[in-house]
Amino acid sequence: MALGRTRAPGASRQARETQRRLARSSRVARNHLIVTVGLGFAQAVLIIAQATLLAKVIAGVFMDGDSFSDVAPWLIWLGVISVGRGLAAAGFESAGRFGAARVMSELREKLSRHLLLNRPGALQDEQSGDLVSSAIDGVAALENYFARYLPQMVLAAIVPIAVLVWVVQYNWISAAILAVTAPLIIIFMILIGLLTEQRTRKRWERMSRLSSHFLDLVGGLATLRANSQAESQSGSIRTVGEEYRRETMGALRIGFLSSLVLELLAMLGVAMVATAIGIQLAGGHMELVAGLTVLLLAPELYMPLRQLGAQFHASADGMAAAERIFEVIDQPAAVTSPETPVPVPDPARRSVAMDGISYAWPGRERVLDKVDLELMPGETVALVGPSGGGKTTLANLLLRLAEPTEGTITCGGTDLASVDPRDWRRQIAWVPQRPTIFSATLADNLRLFNPGASDQDVAVAVGTAALGELVGSLPEGLDTLVGEGGRRLSAGQTQRIALARALLSEAPLLILDEPTAHLDHETEVELAAAINDAAADRTALIISHREEPIARADRTLVLDEHGLRERVAA
Amino acid sequence: MITARLQRTPLGRAALATRNRWRLFGLSVFLAVATVLAAVGLLTASGYLISRAAQRPEILSLTVAIVGVRFFGISRALLRYGERLSSHDLAFRTLTDLRDRFFQRLIPLVPAGVDGSRRADLMSRFVGDVDRLQDLYLRALSPPIVALVCSAFCVALASIILPVAGLVLALMMLLGGVLAPYATRRAARHAGRRQAAARGRLAGDLHEIAVGGAEIAVAGREDDWLALTSADDGELVSLQQKDAMSEGLAEGLGTMFAVGAAVAVTAAAVPAVISGELNGVLLAALPLLTMGAFEAIMPLSQAAAVIDATDEAAGRIEEVTERPVPVVDPEFPHQLPAGGSIRLEGVDFRYPGGDRLLLERANLEIRPGEAVALTGPSGIGKSTLAELLVRFRDVDEGSITFGGVDIRELEQDKLRDAVRLAPQDAYMFNTTIAENVKLGRPEADRERIVEALAEAGLEDWINSLPEGIDSPVGEDGAKISGGQRQRIAAARVFLSRARFLIFDEPTAHLDPEGAAALERCLVGRRNQGCGILVITHTIADPDSFDRILRLGNGRFHEVLD
Repeated sequence: MALGRTRAPGASRQARETQRRLARSSRVARNHLIVTVGLGFAQAVLIIAQATLLAKVIAGVFMDGDSFSDVAPWLIWLGVISVGRGLAAAGFESAGRFGAARVMSELREKLSRHLLLNRPGALQDEQSGDLVSSAIDGVAALENYFARYLPQMVLAAIVPIAVLVWVVQYNWISAAILAVTAPLIIIFMILIGLLTEQRTRKRWERMSRLSSHFLDLVGGLATLRANSQAESQSGSIRTVGEEYRRETMGALRIGFLSSLVLELLAMLGVAMVATAIGIQLAGGHMELVAGLTVLLLAPELYMPLRQLGAQFHASADGMAAAERIFEVIDQPAAVTSPETPVPVPDPARRSVAMDGISYAWPGRERVLDKVDLELMPGETVALVGPSGGGKTTLANLLLRLAEPTEGTITCGGTDLASVDPRDWRRQIAWVPQRPTIFSATLADNLRLFNPGASDQDVAVAVGTAALGELVGSLPEGLDTLVGEGGRRLSAGQTQRIALARALLSEAPLLILDEPTAHLDHETEVELAAAINDAAADRTALIISHREEPIARADRTLVLDEHGLRERVAA
Repeated sequence: MITARLQRTPLGRAALATRNRWRLFGLSVFLAVATVLAAVGLLTASGYLISRAAQRPEILSLTVAIVGVRFFGISRALLRYGERLSSHDLAFRTLTDLRDRFFQRLIPLVPAGVDGSRRADLMSRFVGDVDRLQDLYLRALSPPIVALVCSAFCVALASIILPVAGLVLALMMLLGGVLAPYATRRAARHAGRRQAAARGRLAGDLHEIAVGGAEIAVAGREDDWLALTSADDGELVSLQQKDAMSEGLAEGLGTMFAVGAAVAVTAAAVPAVISGELNGVLLAALPLLTMGAFEAIMPLSQAAAVIDATDEAAGRIEEVTERPVPVVDPEFPHQLPAGGSIRLEGVDFRYPGGDRLLLERANLEIRPGEAVALTGPSGIGKSTLAELLVRFRDVDEGSITFGGVDIRELEQDKLRDAVRLAPQDAYMFNTTIAENVKLGRPEADRERIVEALAEAGLEDWINSLPEGIDSPVGEDGAKISGGQRQRIAAARVFLSRARFLIFDEPTAHLDPEGAAALERCLVGRRNQGCGILVITHTIADPDSFDRILRLGNGRFHEVLD
C-alpha cells in the first residue's frame, strides 16, 4: 500500500508543487512547453478566423444577396484554414509526443544515475524496493501526462481567452454569458478535483484490491486445487465483484453529478448565447454576421475545457507517478562521499577493522549493536549465526553500500569515511546472497569484476567453479546470451557464476555471502574447492550457515543477538 | 450472421461470451447516440434560430426555436449522465463475468497445463489481460456503432434540408470516420511494434540497475552501465520522435476532415441558396449540424487503438485457456477406498516434449503410519513425483493406485482430500493466518485451526501476535518470514483429514535448527496413522524416518545408513 499513501488535505498543494518542479526540473521540459504554447496560439487564431469567415459567407449569401463569385475567395480561404487547422493539430500532437519523449528520457537518466551512483542495489533493500520499482513503472504513466494532459491544459488556457477577446468586440452580452460560464466550468473542475480526488483515489484503490483478489486466486490456484478448494473459491469472484459494483455505482451516481453540472453549464452556455443573439437580432440591435460568428465560436470556447476534464485521470496518474520518481531521486545517498578523499588504503597489506559498529534500518531496532571485528591481511574468516542476525548487513557496511549508524570502519588506520566509496569498493570481490545475472553473454557476466580478463583466465575460472558442464551444454558456449531475454539459469548455476566472477577478480579483499545457499549437498561439496581457491592469497570473509564452505577458515565468528564472538571449536 | 462474424476474432468471441449483457449494452449505445444527437439538435436549432431572428419576425414566432435550443442543451447533459452510469455499470458487470468465466477455464489447467519457469509471469499477465477486457464494450465496440447510427441520422437530416449537402456530409464523414482512424491505427501499430523492443530493453536496463546496482558498483563499472542505458534510451527517443510525426499527421487528418466538412457542406449549399432551391434561413444550420455530427466521429481514432489492444488481450487469454487439459475426471468415478497404501507400479513419466524419462519403470509403496523421506539432486524429478501422486499429472506408463484403485478412476477432488500435498513454495493468500490454514478444511472451527498451528510449532509466535490467528499475512505472505510460511503451509495440511501427507521441500530457506524442528513436526503426524512423504535435499535427522529413498536414474533406491 505504499502507493496509496495518504494525500488527504495538502493533496492539491503537493500536486501543484510537483507540477512546478516538473516544469522547472529541466530545460527540455520548458522548451516543450514553449513550443506547445506557440502551437496553441496558432490554433486559437485559426479557430477564430474560420468562424469569422464562415459567418461572413453565410450572412452574405443569406442576407446581402451575395453571388457565388463574391463568396468564392472566402470559401477558398476557409479550405486553406481547414488544412491549416489539420496541420496545427498535427504539429500540436507531434510536438506533445516529441517533447514527452525527451523529457522522459531526461528523467530516466536522472533516475538511473541516482540509483547507480547514490544508492546502488536499491531494489535489494526491502525498505525502498517497492518504491524503486514503482518509480520505474511510473515513468510510462508520466509520459501520458506530458504528451496529452499538459498540451490540453495549454489549449484550455489559450483558446477560451482568445475567443472571449474576439467576441467582446461583436457583442458584450454574449461575451458576458461566456465570461461567466467558462470560469464556472473551471471552478467546477477544480471542485471536482478537490472533492472527488479522495473518493476517486479510494475507488481506484478498491479497484486494485478487487484486481488483486483475482490475482491472488489465479496465483494460488495450484494451492487451491491441492486443497480441493478451486471450485468453491471461484464463487467468490462473483460475490466480491457484484458487491464492489453495487458500492461503486452508488458512489458514481453522486460522483458523476459534478460532471453533469459541468456539461450542463457548457450546453446551457451555448443555448443562452444562441437565445440572446436571437433576441438581439430580432430587435435589430445586431448584425447577422456578428451573431453567427459568436454562435460558431461559443462551442469552440467550451471544447478544450471539456476535453481537459476528460484527461483528469492522466493528470492524476501522472502526478502520482512524478511524486514517486521524485521521492526516489530525493533519497539521500546511501553513503556520504568525502569532499576531499584521501588515497584508498590497500587491504592486501593492512588489516580492516570495524570499531563499535552499530546499524539500524530507519525506524527499526538495531540489527548490529557495537560490533568489533578485525580482518588481518590474508586470513580467511568465517561468519555464522541465525538468519536475521545481521550478517549480510555487516557485509554491506564493509562494502560501503550502507553507512553505519555508529562506529567507524578503518583500513590500516585510515577511516573509510574519508575514502571515496567508489575507490574502496574496487578493492573488493563480492559474491552476494542473490547474485544478479546481467543480460549479456556468459563470458561478459563472468568478467564483471575484471573486464580485461584473458580468455585463458576465464577458462580456468569456469573449470574451478564447476561451470564446464553448463558451458558445454550451451549452443554458443561462453558467447550464449544469459539473463533477462537470454537463457535462464538455475539458482545453482547463478551461484557458480558469481563464484567464478570472484575468482577472476584481482581485488585483495573477498566477501562471500552464503555462497552455497539453495544448492544441494553434492554441489556444495564440489564448490568448497572453488571457494578455498578464491579465498587463497587474499583476505576473505565468508558468511554461511552451512559448514562445508567454511571448513578451511582460519577462524569462525558467531553473530547473534548477543553480538559477535569467536566460536570455540567443537 | 453477426454471430458467425464475431466468432472469427478473439475480441468477438469475448463479446459473444458475454451476450447476456447485450441488452445493457444496447441501452448504453442508445444513450450515447441520443447524447450526440442532442448536441446536433442544439447546434442545428441555434443556427436556425439566429438566421430566422435576423429576418426580424415577431419575437413570439421564435419561441419554438428558443425552447428547442434549451431542451436540447439540457437533455444532452442529462443523457450524458445516464450514458456514463449505464456504461460503467456494463463495464463492471462484464468484468466480473469474464473473470468468472476465464477462472473456470483456468482451473483444470493449473499447474500441469501451464508449465514452464515463467508461470508466475504468465499468470499475472493473464490477470492483466482479463482486466483489459473491461474496455470491450465501453471503448472498443460502442464508438463504431454510435458513429454509424449518428452518421446515418445526421446525413438523413442534412439530405432533408438539401440533398447535395447530405451527400457531401456523408462523404466527409466517411473520410473522417474511416481514413483518419485507419491512419491513427496504422501509426500506432507501427510505432508500438518498432518501439516495443527498445522499450523492453530500456525497462530491462533500469531493472538491472535497480537489482544489480550493488554488484555493478562494487565492480566499479557504473559508467559502463550508464553508457549502455543512455544508448538504449537514445535509440528509443529517436524512434519515438520519428513515430511522433506520423502519429501527429493521423491526428491532424481527423481535425482537417472535421473542420473541412463544415466548410464543404457550406460551399455545397451556397449555390442552392443563390438559385433559390434552399431557403437561406436554413443555410447556417448546415455547418452547425456538421460540427455536431463529428462529435460521433472523433472517438473512433481512439477506439481503433483500443480494439487492437483488446483483441490482442483476448487472444493472449485464449492462448492460455485453449491449452489441452492435462488431467480429466473419469466419467463414472470409482468410490474412494476406505484405506490402504499408495503404490507406484512400473511408472514411466516424461514431460511433454521433454527428452528425458524422469521416472522409468519406477516402483514405490507408501503405507499408512510410516514416514518416508525422498532425496536426490535438484531437477531429478522429486517434485514431479509429488504432482503425480495427487494427479496434477498422469503417468505415461504403469499406474499409481490408492487402496488398490487406480487414481485415474477417482474424482480428483476426492483423491486430493485423501492425499494432500503441500507444494513447494506453498501460496499464501492475502488474508488472515486463520483463513489461510482453513483452506485445508473449510468446515474446521477456530479451535482446530489453533491446534493445527500449534502442531506446526507456531503456538508461541501466534500468542505473541496482538491479533493472534486473525493477523494478516500480506500479499503472497509478505508480512511473514519464510519459515512461518512453511509452517502455516504445514498447518494447512495438518488441518485436513487426509490419510497421506506429502511435503515438497518444506524446510528450504530455514536455518538448520528451524529445519530440524519443522521436520520433527511433520514426521510426528505418522502417529495418527497418516502416511508421510517428505521431499527434501537435506534431511535433518535421518533416524526419525522409517525409510529414506533416493531418486536416481528414474527409480527409487532405498538408502541404508
